[in-house]
Amino acid sequence: MTTPEMIHRSETAVSIELQTPDMTLNIGPQHPSTHGVLRLVANIDGERVTDVEPVIGYMHRGYEKLSEVRTYAQITALVNRIDWVSGFANEVPFIAGVEKLMGVEVPERAQWIRLILSELARISSHLVFMSSYPLELGATTPLMHSLREREYILELIEEVTGGRFHPNFNRVGGVKPAYGGGSTTKKQSMDLPEGFFQRTADAMDRMDVICDDIDQLVTGNELIKMRTVGVGVIPGSKALEYGLTGPNLRASGVAYDLRKADPYLTYDQVDFDVAWRPEGDCYDRYVVRLEEIRQSARIVRQAIDKIPSGPLQAKVPRVLKAPKGQVYSRAENPKGEFGYFIVSEGGKIPYRLKIRSTSFSNLSILPWILKGQLVPDLVAIMGSLDFVLGDVDR
Amino acid sequence: MEFVDNFWFQLVLKLAGILGVVLTGALVVIYAELKIGSHMQTRIGPYYAGGRWGWAQPLADGLKFLQKEDLSPTGSDRTVYGFAPYVVMMATIAVFVVVPFGPDMVGANLDLGAFYLLAISSLSVLGVLMAGWSSANKYSLIGGLRAAAQLIAYELPLVLAVVAVVIQAGTMSLNGIVDAQQQTWFTIGSFNISAPFIIQGQILGFAIFMIAAVAELSRIPFDMPIAESELTMGYLTEYSGIRFTMFFLGEYASMISLSAIAATLYLGGYAVPGVHGNIVNLLGPGVLLTKVAILVFVIIWIRWTWPRLREDQLQTLAWTWLIPLALLNIAIVSIFKVVF
Amino acid sequence: MLNQYYGDYITVAVFVAIGAILVGGAVAANRAIAPRAPGGFKDVAYESGIEPIGGGWNQSHIRYYIFALLFLIFDVEAVFIFPWALQLEFFSSIGSGLTVLVEMFVFVGILLLGLVYAIRKGVLTWE
Repeated sequence: MTTPEMIHRSETAVSIELQTPDMTLNIGPQHPSTHGVLRLVANIDGERVTDVEPVIGYMHRGYEKLSEVRTYAQITALVNRIDWVSGFANEVPFIAGVEKLMGVEVPERAQWIRLILSELARISSHLVFMSSYPLELGATTPLMHSLREREYILELIEEVTGGRFHPNFNRVGGVKPAYGGGSTTKKQSMDLPEGFFQRTADAMDRMDVICDDIDQLVTGNELIKMRTVGVGVIPGSKALEYGLTGPNLRASGVAYDLRKADPYLTYDQVDFDVAWRPEGDCYDRYVVRLEEIRQSARIVRQAIDKIPSGPLQAKVPRVLKAPKGQVYSRAENPKGEFGYFIVSEGGKIPYRLKIRSTSFSNLSILPWILKGQLVPDLVAIMGSLDFVLGDVDR
Repeated sequence: MEFVDNFWFQLVLKLAGILGVVLTGALVVIYAELKIGSHMQTRIGPYYAGGRWGWAQPLADGLKFLQKEDLSPTGSDRTVYGFAPYVVMMATIAVFVVVPFGPDMVGANLDLGAFYLLAISSLSVLGVLMAGWSSANKYSLIGGLRAAAQLIAYELPLVLAVVAVVIQAGTMSLNGIVDAQQQTWFTIGSFNISAPFIIQGQILGFAIFMIAAVAELSRIPFDMPIAESELTMGYLTEYSGIRFTMFFLGEYASMISLSAIAATLYLGGYAVPGVHGNIVNLLGPGVLLTKVAILVFVIIWIRWTWPRLREDQLQTLAWTWLIPLALLNIAIVSIFKVVF
Repeated sequence: MLNQYYGDYITVAVFVAIGAILVGGAVAANRAIAPRAPGGFKDVAYESGIEPIGGGWNQSHIRYYIFALLFLIFDVEAVFIFPWALQLEFFSSIGSGLTVLVEMFVFVGILLLGLVYAIRKGVLTWE
């Protein structure tokens, strides 16, 4: 029996009968939408991607190996260059790991400062996403607006740490004296710059306004929705299988956030919601990040209220030596779970440092998710995963 | 003053005039795009070139491109590759022949005016397709194919929107269309009211025409043939130096020409209400260029505000919305024409 | 004095020629002043900074082919509709306006049916 559906199928079969060989197209390493030097070897059939193979390593700097000949203090300078749009957040899990290894008790105030700066790093990282993602969809203007706001955040970070991208601010046992230098082991170390909390609170109030602005400029835009809603859907189970973490996982309906699930620093003392969305498409990944900016502002405001006074630095020996042992330390970075596995054989330098970088794991889903997509969607999906090449290649 | 009436003398005058409009106009529009875009993005934009407000930036860019080495990739079809910018530029300039800047200020008042410009303006896409094909580059190839598909989809709404105007005006000559918009629409007491076609019920046609025009220009939100974040530079990927400049100049010149056509067809063209006679020849260009400036501003504004569509969404928009709507527009206009 | 008809099209031809001369002049000026240093990797087609895999002229699935067919149908319609549009006023003045109108509606309606069929067949969805 021939049903109408079968006729339809047989007719479409005619139109696809003429097979054409696939075209192999290199997207990257020098391509505007690969955020650096990712290379995708895509087989395309007309406009459709039949399969894609990511080629990474163009940015490899060998940080894991370099760490094996550096002291723990020196490694801090390396690790904040891994994910360069959220430099501070990379330092925290590493330093926390070393502190755990050495059994150093960190003063309360230093913990809070780390928390504030981590959240500022999260905001600045997400603002980069807010600027680059519309650009990938062809909207040029949100780029400048978001980057301008990020500049205010970077100024705050610079005010405290002296660096905009690479703060190198954490020390084993606390944080570096804010300005003026001086030995970290002195009892009296400098505190945060005067008026910093006030300026940060103002910036956080501004951030709420900016998020509403972005909502109006980008989120509600009909064309943005046409390009992102229902595009690149990652179901929650797939996201877990591929080891996605961070906003990419939370957009797939899995409300997993290390700040709640395994609180570090003083996250257990602040009140915030885990932003998550059920659908797992590009639009949800975008919305989750926007919501996280709001939540981060909320966290920072609470932290400013709760931060106690006290020393910034615990008493640590002049020469840092870790005892024999191993530790895995992780944190919820702007892009997801960021972890360090530190193996020490005793002495000043680690025996092995394994970096579990977020973007690398998040990228592993690319071949699966890009299969069968259109070339324009390829760009939209890749952008929505929000990776940084330094974080992929280390 | 015999020689003023001489055909060849007039031709030279027209050439000079229109070349002036095209080249300076294109430079002005490029500058406007740089400046307007910057201010929409909370930037200053060009600032130093030329001393004040960076007014000489487009000129400086042009001069820089003039000094660049002319590259063509190995394996490219050099004849076609070299000829593509010629096609684009010839088509762009030829459109201006029929654009009336005043009752007598027109390159040639062709009887087939509207038909001619639709035919000629779609020729430039041939140049784009040639560029995309001959570059021997995959990005260019995809970009060129996209450009062709886009032309195919948006040529029709453009044509059908113009048909409605032709029905209303009863002529295809652009001067005739401008005249028709000055005819009495209706009378109130002893006043004869005339109005441009956009007010006489062509608002839908105007919207369709402008959407299709932006698509023909392949600007955001319809810039898939170039689509920087997908195809690096689409069909222009391999072009550098002066040949690239020609494409670039052509794009901005077509922006002016399409805006001028839209102004002529829908907004009354050069006509000044209540003014007749030779003086319109003097005022006309100013009036038309003001309308062009407004339309060009809108096109620039759109570009800096919206993201781009996807290729299949563009086709859906054209085939399921614009073409049926344009046909509906024709139906309404023709029914009004016959019944009233 | 030239015939008006030829005059108009000579104008068109001259304008087209000017367009070509403009590009030609610019390219010639470029030849005169630009440096020329052929060879090296700059002649390789750009493919994101990697040597291209295969040539630029791969056979490729042109998904737009079906649109070209659709376009052809409607463009032919446009050829018919322009003379009709011009003469509509004349026909309506001699009183046969409605007949002419209905005739065109039938013609366009048939074409629209074709478009509806194509859309229903899923030409516009790229799967």
